[in-house]
Amino acid sequence: MIEAVNISKFFGNHEVLKNISLQFEKGKTNLIIGRSGSGKTVLMKCLVGLYGVDKGHIDFDDRNLSKMTSKEQRDIRKDLGMLFQGGALFDSMNVEENIMFPLTMFTKKTYEEKLERVNFCLNRVALENTNKLYPSELSGGMTKRVAIARAISMNPEYLFCDEPNSGLDPITAGVIDELISEITKEYQTTTIINTHDMNSVLKIGDKVAFIYDGELWWKGDKHQILKTDNKELNDFVFATELTTRLKN
Amino acid sequence: MFNALGEYLLLMFQVFRKPDKRKIFRKQLFLEFQNLGIDSLGIVAIISAFFGGIVAIQTAYNIDSPLISLTMVGFTTRQSIILEFSPTIISLILAGKVGSRIASEIGTMRITEQIDALKVMGVNTANYLIFPKVVASLLINPILIIFSVVVALFGGWLACVVTGLVTSQDYILGIRYCFEGFIVFYALIKTVVFAFIIASVSGYQGYFTKGGALDVGRSSTKAVVYSSILIIIFDLILTQLLLT
Repeated sequence: MIEAVNISKFFGNHEVLKNISLQFEKGKTNLIIGRSGSGKTVLMKCLVGLYGVDKGHIDFDDRNLSKMTSKEQRDIRKDLGMLFQGGALFDSMNVEENIMFPLTMFTKKTYEEKLERVNFCLNRVALENTNKLYPSELSGGMTKRVAIARAISMNPEYLFCDEPNSGLDPITAGVIDELISEITKEYQTTTIINTHDMNSVLKIGDKVAFIYDGELWWKGDKHQILKTDNKELNDFVFATELTTRLKN
Repeated sequence: MFNALGEYLLLMFQVFRKPDKRKIFRKQLFLEFQNLGIDSLGIVAIISAFFGGIVAIQTAYNIDSPLISLTMVGFTTRQSIILEFSPTIISLILAGKVGSRIASEIGTMRITEQIDALKVMGVNTANYLIFPKVVASLLINPILIIFSVVVALFGGWLACVVTGLVTSQDYILGIRYCFEGFIVFYALIKTVVFAFIIASVSGYQGYFTKGGALDVGRSSTKAVVYSSILIIIFDLILTQLLLT
């Protein structure tokens, strides 16, 4: 479990995150939703330690991230997988080398063992026989799936996904959602997803937190979100023509 | 400016750490030998050959007095090439070619979140990305400069022989005249300092790129400009320290 306790983050004088407290449970897909610029990505970057927090603290299974030594922080990062918005695959490496990279860096496995793991991960994301392709040769959906394969290659305990569906068609987006949800249940990872895709929320949102202007505005699950009387959340949820028509 | 200097020094503390995995460092190092060194051989050879020829011809045309031996053409060419052209001018050219490559490569990795991805994995990104480039530059640039000296002296000889301004014998005699090994040592010291400036300043500019594609271009330009200015400043300082 990951717990954010009263965290605040400033960029200059601007308070981007305001006293946020949240718990992200193991074996569940924890979604952070909110408008663009609401602070979702900053929150996620604080959670993975890319940004330090100015107030409060973040605990990984009761271990305070900010009080860890740099070695302890590096050790915990080996249990952490992250899917970036654009995939963030290494351009100079092919698919196989991308997925193999953390294994080469942090394990003493032989090439054959690493290759076996790479092929297992590629199989898991339904991208067999793409080992030798370079990121520039992949479609948007394939890039995300390779990024997921790289994120799970080290069997992470914590999986972070920043806008996994952005730029994808609804069918591919659904495939990515299902994949993340399956991996979460199968490996009992603590999964945190940043999104503003309501399809994802309604499909895989075991726990949902709504961030509004840097503040935690609402939390619940995918069933409760349609029944809430929170005005800002309702504006967000029923912002599209489709959801408005469904509501009416 | 002081902020940038502090940021640069802190980055260097991260860069000069023990690599996470030697095997990966070795692989990166050989890749950088190729990218920063071998890929630069062509431009270094062309510029050195022509520059050597130009210096030799200009010197020959400026010797008007019959009292001055034509061996001076070889001597002057050698001194100009070893003391200034190869270590400084070639380093300035490498600042343009290699510096912009380093800054744009690392800058693109920054804006596409590849550096964040490495950081999340627990990799010391500054060490992984910049250290092999610095080490490769420190090792390969002296070889490039020696190569440049040889090609430039050959270019001078070729120009003299083809134009008939100086005989081959006079030119070679001039090259061997009053040779002091220290000037090669001086050239190599300068080269190593300039190599460090090029790789570290360009690495710094790339590493702290913020924004998008335009900013990668800006970082790349800054890398070339700042490296070139620092090379000239350190050229003056080292010349004062080593030759006086």
